[in-house]
Amino acid sequence: MANLKSIKKRIVSVKSTRQITKAMKMVSAAKLRRAQDNVVAARPYASKLHEVMERLAQSQESDPHPLMVRRETSPRALVLLVTSDRGLCGGFNANISKAVERFIRERGEAYSEVTVATIGRKGYDFLKNRQKMAKNYVGIISKPTYQAAALVAGEIIDGFLAEEYDDVFLFYNAFRSVMSQDITCEQLLPISPPAASEEASESSIEYIYEPTKSDLLGELLPKSIEVAVFKAMLESVASEHGARMTAMDSASNNATEMIGKLTLIYNRARQAAITTELTEIISGAESIKG
Amino acid sequence: MADKMTMDLVTPYRKVLSIEVEEITATGSLGEFGVLPGHAPFLTSLKIGELSYKVAGKLDHLALNWGYFEVEDDKVTILVETAEPADEIDLDRARSAVLRAEEAMKKLSPEDKEFRKYELALERALIRVQVAGKAVRR
Repeated sequence: MANLKSIKKRIVSVKSTRQITKAMKMVSAAKLRRAQDNVVAARPYASKLHEVMERLAQSQESDPHPLMVRRETSPRALVLLVTSDRGLCGGFNANISKAVERFIRERGEAYSEVTVATIGRKGYDFLKNRQKMAKNYVGIISKPTYQAAALVAGEIIDGFLAEEYDDVFLFYNAFRSVMSQDITCEQLLPISPPAASEEASESSIEYIYEPTKSDLLGELLPKSIEVAVFKAMLESVASEHGARMTAMDSASNNATEMIGKLTLIYNRARQAAITTELTEIISGAESIKG
Repeated sequence: MADKMTMDLVTPYRKVLSIEVEEITATGSLGEFGVLPGHAPFLTSLKIGELSYKVAGKLDHLALNWGYFEVEDDKVTILVETAEPADEIDLDRARSAVLRAEEAMKKLSPEDKEFRKYELALERALIRVQVAGKAVRR
């Protein structure tokens, strides 16, 4: 009978696990919708900013802005990795952290030094003992704000201008669908001048610029970095919830399957116990008769 | 010449406004300017300040943070970090923010790094008070 009891116990524990994973799935589904809305809401700003930048960059200045200068001598690189603060979302954090490692292995030879900065605790935990870490920003990814993104971008720009590193790459999970995320790598700094699209060059109306064009560009470039970081954070959050939803869904399914199997074993054991008991009773009665 | 232009006001969080307006006044980095339909293509940066626009003869006000202002073909695009319509501003909070910033600035000398931060905070708060005041009067 002890066996029966232990099986029962396991069924109960798997059931409560399933309850938790189901609840987490539903929470993620709700959060995912909000995160997706945020991504969509941020798009017009980013695209408009890009438009303005294209227009400004069209007429090449003789003297490029410091943020656009490519430095050649013994370059050092910084990788900014966006992950989540919390786990239980499948391979979401591990995949992108590994992608960063692969990137460093493959491209690291071109640089004299590669440091990693992270947004989110998980990426930091993964890489802290393997790579040279610069800074870790914790607690801003759970509720991404533009202010937080501006802070991170500001520090990165300061470091770049102080020549602490010469190339900056941004790694994040771009949201494609609930089921899948795209690991994305973008070069953040130096900013490569946006290629003037044909349409834009045709409609070359003379604009009035106030203050001068280069002043405007100088103000705009840091903003574009902020927007890129902000966008990466929003995309990453949406991806995280999508990944967690999928992970929790399959966990719930596995739990249901396990409960089925355990129930079968439990019923068999119970049947066996009843049969044994019956046999005992019958044989007892037989012996009294005889 | 059309007598109206479309105005899109966009922040990183959302598209705040997308409406037809008759007249716009804003604070550029070189001073206040007005835009009427038929304006030449124009691009400027905005500083912390007020934006007002006229729809059907009625003026509306917004408090803006840093941003960009672009006019092309009677299409106005305004990119800003924050935009607060007059009726969404908490006047008491803005007033106390003015006092707070003024207090902090008294203790600091203009050379301090912090000073600039409070100066900006003060500017923002003053604009909020100004804009909110117009909403009440209306």
